[in-house]
Amino acid sequence: MAEGVKPRVKAPKSAAAGETVTLKTLISHKMESGQRKKKDGSPIPRSIINRFTCEYNGKSVIDVAMEPSISTNPYFEFKAVVPEAGDFKFTWYDDDGSVYETTKSVKVG
Amino acid sequence: MSFSRRDTLALGAGAVALTALPLRVSAAASADEVINAFTGGADVADGGVELTAPEIAENGNTVPVAVAAEGAAAIIIVATGNPNPNVATFNFGELSGASSASTRIRLAGTQEVAAIAKMADGSFKKASRTVKVTIGGCGG
Amino acid sequence: MKFKTMSLVAAVAVALPTFAIADADDDKLVVNGDMEMVTKTKAAAHLDGALDEAISGWHFRSDETQALQADDFDNPGMIYVDQAMDDWVKVEGSEGKSCASCHDDPAESMKGVRAVYPKWNEETGKLHTLQTQINHCRTERMGAEPLKYAKTKINRMEAMISSHSRGMPVNVAIDGPVADIWAKGKEMYYTRFGQLELSCASCHEENYGNHIRSDHLSQGQINGFPVYRLKNAKLTSAQARFKGCIRDTRAETFSPNSDEFHALELYVTSRGNGLSVEGPSVRN
Repeated sequence: MAEGVKPRVKAPKSAAAGETVTLKTLISHKMESGQRKKKDGSPIPRSIINRFTCEYNGKSVIDVAMEPSISTNPYFEFKAVVPEAGDFKFTWYDDDGSVYETTKSVKVG
Repeated sequence: MSFSRRDTLALGAGAVALTALPLRVSAAASADEVINAFTGGADVADGGVELTAPEIAENGNTVPVAVAAEGAAAIIIVATGNPNPNVATFNFGELSGASSASTRIRLAGTQEVAAIAKMADGSFKKASRTVKVTIGGCGG
Repeated sequence: MKFKTMSLVAAVAVALPTFAIADADDDKLVVNGDMEMVTKTKAAAHLDGALDEAISGWHFRSDETQALQADDFDNPGMIYVDQAMDDWVKVEGSEGKSCASCHDDPAESMKGVRAVYPKWNEETGKLHTLQTQINHCRTERMGAEPLKYAKTKINRMEAMISSHSRGMPVNVAIDGPVADIWAKGKEMYYTRFGQLELSCASCHEENYGNHIRSDHLSQGQINGFPVYRLKNAKLTSAQARFKGCIRDTRAETFSPNSDEFHALELYVTSRGNGLSVEGPSVRN
């Protein structure tokens, strides 16, 4: 597991049924691209978060395939529809097999 | 036309500061491969896709970009001049509020950045812009 | 000598007419919709006309970079603040304490702290920067190992503490026990270093608003430190930046936590007295 990986998510605490809301997600991760070299010239191997998903009550909001050109500390802003009260689940998948998750609950009405 | 020493210095500094030199040809070929893999070789029409990116990136390490295409099922961002031109593919799900997303990307140098959208009917649309990536002075 | 340096910088500045933004812009910085920052203010009296106005580095960055600081969920520096909150409650050292054991909720206890640092410490009889103070607490109160200066752990603690003074005016004392140190810092600010023979003032007082190659020169204010730099995608402390700047003049540079940089940090902070604390800010 990459060290000190911490998600940071902005999601509304409440919404009207059917409202479109904006979500912002940040996560601390080096996103080692595989392009950099060590002092001795040998390449530093790629080690990135390669996928980000957001689901609401089990239904997909967005699924992002990520490549090394995404900057360190990956950021995504996107929109979701909130049909009823429930939970946003945010998941990041690391090259090394780790999975980082965080959940935000939304009240409706 | 004779240049004073000051003119030559100024022109030289100006030319170096903007990496206007084209990046390696091999990277561009790979960008086409990335696009073809996404479109399956289908035609790609211009327009119908919004790609927001700065004209001049403050720093190539972290460049904010945004993509939007009404009715798109997915949008791919391609940095045609990067060693890995495939940047990200946004797949919009059932509860997506809009076919749009923002992120921050790395650009290895001045290059064309493209966004290709796969529409709900299976057709493809694209937009592209050139983003200048500068080499800073002291801090950059 | 002065003329030669001026003309090189001036020639470079003239070489890039395509840059539309020359001087600092007029935008307003409001964070999270409710934290209004003072990013331009009348220059502190001690500057004696060297600057008319103190202008935050925020104004010299592109619109896209400026936007990154307007929301705590856009600002990547805030990830480090979150990590520091984990450090804050972690028990470390022989006394079995965490920062929280004495300081409780930093939103209350750390409010206003960043704004008055660097500061004289009666106990040690020395000037403390915020990083010095963090380590002082760790070694003297917690019985814990000091953190390495200008590295990630201490930078993020400084960023977290700083975040609770945002919007408050920078207000460091320059008289009394720190007067001599402040004078040394001022002297250093105007001293030319390196093969390039540049002083801080060469760029940040005489040429702010101009470009050095494609970098838009700011006044070199440090009200926004620690800063999330897009260039290396992590937090940078003021003294790490000083080290880099002097290295860039092609001089033998100084180390973080050296006496020289303590004096310089006090002086440079005081040049921004009146500007709002912005740290952690976002810069290029």
